[in-house]
Amino acid sequence: MSERELLLAVADDELVLGWRDSEWTGIAPVLEEDVAFSSIAQNEIGHARAIYQLLSDDADALAFDRKPEEYHCSRLVQMRFVPDWARTIARRVLYERFDEERLRTLMSSDDPAVAGLAAKIDREEAYHRMHAEMWDARLRDEPRYQAALEELRPLLDVRETTDEWPALWEEMTEVRRSVPGATW
Amino acid sequence: MVTAEAVWLALAEVEDPEIPVMSLVDLGVIRDVQVDGERVHVEFTPTFLGCPALEYMRSQMEEKIGQLGAEADVEVVVDDSWSTDRITPEGREKLRAAGFAPPAPREVSAPTLVQLKSAVFRCPYCGSTDTRLENIFGPTPCRSIRYCASCRQPFEQFKTI
Repeated sequence: MSERELLLAVADDELVLGWRDSEWTGIAPVLEEDVAFSSIAQNEIGHARAIYQLLSDDADALAFDRKPEEYHCSRLVQMRFVPDWARTIARRVLYERFDEERLRTLMSSDDPAVAGLAAKIDREEAYHRMHAEMWDARLRDEPRYQAALEELRPLLDVRETTDEWPALWEEMTEVRRSVPGATW
Repeated sequence: MVTAEAVWLALAEVEDPEIPVMSLVDLGVIRDVQVDGERVHVEFTPTFLGCPALEYMRSQMEEKIGQLGAEADVEVVVDDSWSTDRITPEGREKLRAAGFAPPAPREVSAPTLVQLKSAVFRCPYCGSTDTRLENIFGPTPCRSIRYCASCRQPFEQFKTI
């Protein structure tokens, strides 16, 4: 995978996971997690935006104007889990561990713009990792959580579309497609 | 002719829209100011990448510099140069006075959950260190929520990044 492909994979993962995490706003099992998931989602989408800006002069077009088959997000982030909390937390835990390694690779890039942005993203991700670690400790003995980890682990880096992708893509790009040529 | 000093003074009047007691200079997000005749180049680095106020802050800076009779060219730099250690001593004092606990100094490695749970964070209202972590996340990306057992107040803790 070239560095550009890796960056696009990271950005697409962050955009789509940000979307999925934001689905918990207002409906999480405890209020504290409404706050946490909203904040995490905002960060992830901010990371996606910064990477798209690095890759293109028109970050919005890169984020929203591609065809469904042109995205590189993993199967894991595409899945809709509401109202399944065990799988939601399992995804966060698996994703943050995986993302940490990927960011390490980008932080050692020969391109200072890539390395610098990855390091900046990593500062924020440290808090997502803490959140994941806290929930992992809390749910560790729960069979439902363990089963979710087993189920989802193989999907972490599988970059192909799921049955859920077309509907998600429709929703995600609908507003921009609704007014062709609009300047927002 | 505009001077860099005049630009810094003008930027010290631009508020952080989420914490209006703080200016962008207090926050340490202005990295550099270069004056070239009537053009002023400002390097600005966001605190958090998902900050929704970036465009607003950029337009505020442009307006302030415009009032000095110069044309602003604000460059948003997204590298790793900003940390909460960049917040000025004046900025930390303003945070405290407004009821936000200022960030702990950053260590060599990233902050950890153990530190967040165990480290001594002082309540900005009563000064007690008998405080506990309530939520890593808060009303904006840059803040956590803690609770002071001494004065029984929740308070916002600026995250260390």
